[in-house]
Amino acid sequence: MNREEVENGGDDMLIDRDEIEQRRLENAVPEGFNADYLKAYYGKIFPYVDMFKWLSYGNDGKHPGCDHSYFGRREFSFTLDNDIYLRFQSFNSVSELENAIKEKCPFKIDIGPVYSVDPSKRHAYSQGGDNIFTPVEKELVFDIDISDYDDARYCCSGADVCLECWPLMTIAIKVIDTALRDDFGFSHILWVYSGRRGVHCWVCDGKARRLNNEQRAAIVDYFRVYKGNENSSKKVSLVGPALHPFLVRSHTEVLKDYFEKRLLSSQNLFLNEERFEKILEMIPDESVTSELRGRWLSNKRSREEINVARWDQLKNLLQSNKQKGQGLRRCIEEIVFTFTYPRLDMEVSKHMNHLLKAPFCVHPKTGRVCVPINPKNCEEFNPSAVPILSQLLGELNTGGFKGEGDNEWDGTSLGDCVRYFRESFLQPLLKSCKEEIETSYNAKVQQSRNSISW
Amino acid sequence: MEAVRSQRKSLVSTGVGSTLPLYRSAPPLEVRLEDFELYAIDRLRVLKGISDALSRGKKPDEMEKLVLDLWKTNMRHQHSSELLNKDIISHFVLRLVYCRTEELRKWFLSIETTLFRYRFRDEPPEKQRALMADFDLPYKAVTIAEYESVKEKLNQVARAIGQPITTDAIYYKVPFEEVPELVAGRRVFIQKGNAYIAMNQVVSLVITQFRSHLSKALVLTNRKWTSMIREQEKDRLVPIIEALSTSYLGPDYNQPREHAEISLKDIDQIAKSSFPLCMGHLFEKLQEDHHLKHGGRMQLGLFLKGVGLKLDDALAFWRAEFSRKVGAERFEKEYAYSIRHNYGKEGKRTDYTPYSCQKIISSTPGVGDHHGCPYRHFSEENLRAALTRMRVGNRALEDVIDKVRNRHYQLACTLTFEAVHGSSCDAGVNHPNQYYNDSQRILESQVSSSWTNTKMACKGYLCHCDFVIMDLVV
Repeated sequence: MNREEVENGGDDMLIDRDEIEQRRLENAVPEGFNADYLKAYYGKIFPYVDMFKWLSYGNDGKHPGCDHSYFGRREFSFTLDNDIYLRFQSFNSVSELENAIKEKCPFKIDIGPVYSVDPSKRHAYSQGGDNIFTPVEKELVFDIDISDYDDARYCCSGADVCLECWPLMTIAIKVIDTALRDDFGFSHILWVYSGRRGVHCWVCDGKARRLNNEQRAAIVDYFRVYKGNENSSKKVSLVGPALHPFLVRSHTEVLKDYFEKRLLSSQNLFLNEERFEKILEMIPDESVTSELRGRWLSNKRSREEINVARWDQLKNLLQSNKQKGQGLRRCIEEIVFTFTYPRLDMEVSKHMNHLLKAPFCVHPKTGRVCVPINPKNCEEFNPSAVPILSQLLGELNTGGFKGEGDNEWDGTSLGDCVRYFRESFLQPLLKSCKEEIETSYNAKVQQSRNSISW
Repeated sequence: MEAVRSQRKSLVSTGVGSTLPLYRSAPPLEVRLEDFELYAIDRLRVLKGISDALSRGKKPDEMEKLVLDLWKTNMRHQHSSELLNKDIISHFVLRLVYCRTEELRKWFLSIETTLFRYRFRDEPPEKQRALMADFDLPYKAVTIAEYESVKEKLNQVARAIGQPITTDAIYYKVPFEEVPELVAGRRVFIQKGNAYIAMNQVVSLVITQFRSHLSKALVLTNRKWTSMIREQEKDRLVPIIEALSTSYLGPDYNQPREHAEISLKDIDQIAKSSFPLCMGHLFEKLQEDHHLKHGGRMQLGLFLKGVGLKLDDALAFWRAEFSRKVGAERFEKEYAYSIRHNYGKEGKRTDYTPYSCQKIISSTPGVGDHHGCPYRHFSEENLRAALTRMRVGNRALEDVIDKVRNRHYQLACTLTFEAVHGSSCDAGVNHPNQYYNDSQRILESQVSSSWTNTKMACKGYLCHCDFVIMDLVV
């Protein structure tokens, strides 16, 4: 057995395993990523203080309402170079965190929940019989992988991604971000590039961190339109006489335009028989499908707008079919949803104890840093322009030390990323954390006053 | 609540208000030991009936009728004044029975909540409002001005879920966290963290409260059970309680049946002859793709454990397939752990139990997944093809499809069993390992009509609740 389980609490070990494999392959290409580069990155660039400030949620302050044990009850896990996986790491201060990361030089850092007690001391607490070691808080997280879209894209497959299919991720960010803010009322939301094939989302409002598993699952189901699996042909099912306002808004504000103006042509969704048959399969009316099939098979000349033309024909025919009613018209939306609607890895979001890779990690396969994405202009995000480790180190060596502050990253192309993290995410978050601490402290004081004044 | 022998001393009547109790605290009643048990059995019949109906995927309106009928049939009492007491006593007895493990608590919590839901819906509106007040719910109906501002969206949701649109509807505005089931089904309009729930959806709000109270209470009861009751009542209540709990859950398929060990070389053969479709399909896909996603590995892996595949053989089995796709080294690193984990050799060292039909039916396989219940999750076309490969004849096939259309997935599986084995399966299929065991038994005995054999073999292995209840009652 090669794998050494240093911590044997791996029962709910829920990390992305295939990155370990990717890293091994990577060692053959030293110019992109290696342990020495990573050491230098952790030594000079990684934004420890910002990470610590974030995950302290205001509890590192001097206010009497601060819970100083808070950060120390958070689980971190490290995946090391030699495949050792360390779970239940915890740190009481930013310097402890920094020293551990610098010393161990983890290829991947995962963030877990805040537990009821310090996770590194959980065995001491388990003696009592009652299981008081239990997760109490965790950001609501989402994980979206482009590899789950393989039946909706023709340019790439698996972990590969290009500028033709990346818009699928942009769509996901827009749809989920809007719903999290407008529907669920959350405001402290961090989107992060996962370093290779997708995006992560961290919802950090106090209310989100305290959701129980059932409530998390409810939100995930609210987002879910996929009912299919590998053995049923129809993947999206939009039932009922009307669509829920959330789906209507997603459709009209995001999905429809991206489908018709981007993906239809960029993915060549109607290019040939094999492709349009896949779409015709979603229409449950034989007469409609055979009419369309007949038209398309007899007219094979390939034109620039063949996708658009065929889509228009399909829409017209379905919409004109008055006597068959809503069911057929709904097919149009189902097709749009099938090729555009976000596909979430549901298990990651449902459980509080699920771990997720930390922002600002470096992906071992690509060497790219997991940088924040601003949802306000996520359509401008280009995964192939994300800073690469070797590039950052080069910038440090050559043009570095020009930053204004004492932060090394300031002079590198990571500078804008950290600044965005700090100014657009962290500052507003900490402001509302302070208010929350103040409010709950006052309430507590008031309560104890009331109970004394009997 | 105190259990006493035969003679009854006193019985305090709580007879105020609603006929639907919230079970907040154990009643100060004395209960005869016979009633203690008989009431519990009656209630258990109701819960078992609900549980079966749920696993067959009954629709809400069918459930409503079924639950109320079950209640009326089983929870009768010759003195109508005793009805409420019987209700409360039986609930608290079963709390004791089902507080003892996580799995029992989960089952009891979900079925009792379902029962409460339909009983609540059956109450007249004024009683419902009174019950809401009993739960101390601080929510007020939204004002007309606010209603007007979101009316369009509310009507859109009403149309989406097929509710009639009324202009004078009363809506409550509550934090979305309070009504997770309505959020999950997109049955409410949500804005800035608040869900607008219609009067007929209030039940969801009440249910959340009910479940959270009961969930906490069960944990407390469990503590009391381990710290006091188990010892104090060793000779009196404990035997009753233990009998009651095993009477529902049926056999524990975690342990392979006696003398049932299988070896690797036989596995292809028995997969063909005795695996239910859900497992046969996973097995096939594994051989085709040399890979299964997590849900599939769990469903098939635990089943094989229950069938009697030893840990070493299990490792060899998975390694043989996976290494062809991902290489032996990666298998050892990434997959071997979870197999040992399933056998309780890693992590928190729980010996995991094979999945029941109910669990498999309610799973939600996604893109790339092959687990789940084929009767529920396959398209009709794929299901027909799969059944044909199992050599299910035309006539039987149509019967199976008919059951599937009515969402009787376990009955569909039972019919498949009967068609494949040419033998009846009276107990029905409740668990893939039961399917396997029954199949093996038939193949071993070579007796096609094997009712007597099954019954013999069922001794100490009671898989049907009614048998046990009969034993208790007689």
